Amino acid sequence: MAIRMDTSRATLFEARGLHFLRQDEPVFGPLDVRLHAGEVLLVEGDNGSGKTTLLRVIAGLLHADGGTMLLQGKPLDRDQAQGRLLLLAHQLGLKGDLSPLENLRVAAGLYGHRADISPREALHIVGLQGYEHEPVRQLSAGQKKRAALARLLLLSADVWLLDEPFANLDREGIALVNRLIEEHSASGGAAMVTSHGAVTFLHGEPRRLRLSA
Amino acid sequence: MRPGSLSAACAALLRRDLLLAWRRRGDIALPVLYALIVATLFPFALGPDPALLASVASGVVLVTVLLSMLLAFDALFRPDLEDGSLEQLMLAPQPLALMLGMKILAHWLSTALPLIIIAPVLASMLHLPGHANAVLVLALLVATPLLSLLGSVLVALTAGTRRSGMLLALMLLPLCVPVVIFAAGAVSAAQLSLPWIAPIAWLGAALALLLVLAPLACAAALRIAIDA
Repeated sequence: MAIRMDTSRATLFEARGLHFLRQDEPVFGPLDVRLHAGEVLLVEGDNGSGKTTLLRVIAGLLHADGGTMLLQGKPLDRDQAQGRLLLLAHQLGLKGDLSPLENLRVAAGLYGHRADISPREALHIVGLQGYEHEPVRQLSAGQKKRAALARLLLLSADVWLLDEPFANLDREGIALVNRLIEEHSASGGAAMVTSHGAVTFLHGEPRRLRLSA
Repeated sequence: MRPGSLSAACAALLRRDLLLAWRRRGDIALPVLYALIVATLFPFALGPDPALLASVASGVVLVTVLLSMLLAFDALFRPDLEDGSLEQLMLAPQPLALMLGMKILAHWLSTALPLIIIAPVLASMLHLPGHANAVLVLALLVATPLLSLLGSVLVALTAGTRRSGMLLALMLLPLCVPVVIFAAGAVSAAQLSLPWIAPIAWLGAALALLLVLAPLACAAALRIAIDA
């Protein structure tokens, strides 16, 4: 599963020998992952192959049972790295009783947002203009996803960990995710994107990491 | 305040939780109505003798407030755990314990404070004399944050389990015994015109201790709940 290193670009994130056990059963690994600045890595695998678990381990929500993780060559220190890795999970972390704008303002307050974009602009970019003040629970699943994507835009993080970002999105939404990922990688960020199999909507030919159950 | 700074994060979270509580203000009213009804049942059960009611008033109000608070504890971390906001909170570049402290503060403001406001009404309904009533409010102001902090640790510990409401009650109520003893003790002392500051001071000492320790314990417990 080792992935060949491209020495021409700086390594942003690296994991060596990463593995995770659930009740003594290996979920994935040992796994070597390297993410360069400006790179998109597609994590493929069937249901239950540990894609989500891998992202949650890298994000720091789960404890790895072994292996080391490096951020820009230095051992990953959770206290310092927090906010540099951003996770978009199945549960989007949006409050149903608040509007998308209010949700984004909370995220901006917690993480600190980029100077060049306001919450309202981020919502415009993801196509939620006109829905800024609707409670999130009244939005469709795809619109909720878009609101969560706006958070990625608003916050400044180096590594995006996107768990099934294409789920629930229409054709236009898929194009939107592609555009966001492209812009992120063009500005020197990296992304890990999971997908459960046959179809990937990513433009070009991303590097692939195959997990097997 | 720079966005992303500690004060901005605290303000954002406090604002969010208070706003959420306000959007669901019906939920805030429920424990208050519950307390009102429970306290009203006592004169029916014990009879309308003012002397008898005055002697049990402080205890009745304290236990009623405690039980009403118990009703609302489930909403402290569970919604955040279910919709993924707790994960986002953990991944934010802020100390988790402090953020959880803000959540506990918002929860106290939205559940305990309304109860403290109606407590004097309940107490006068039970013929508690005026000066003791003031001590009761003071005791509640110190005792309810203590209960919120104690409860938050247990809510965090039981966050991963299903139908944890009853379990929470069984775990929390024994821990509340000292709080109830000291708070009721202060009010009884005031009723007998004795010095009442010592029990309140003891509650204050416990509150100072838990203010520091409870958010740390919550953070550790919730990290485990997410990990599981």
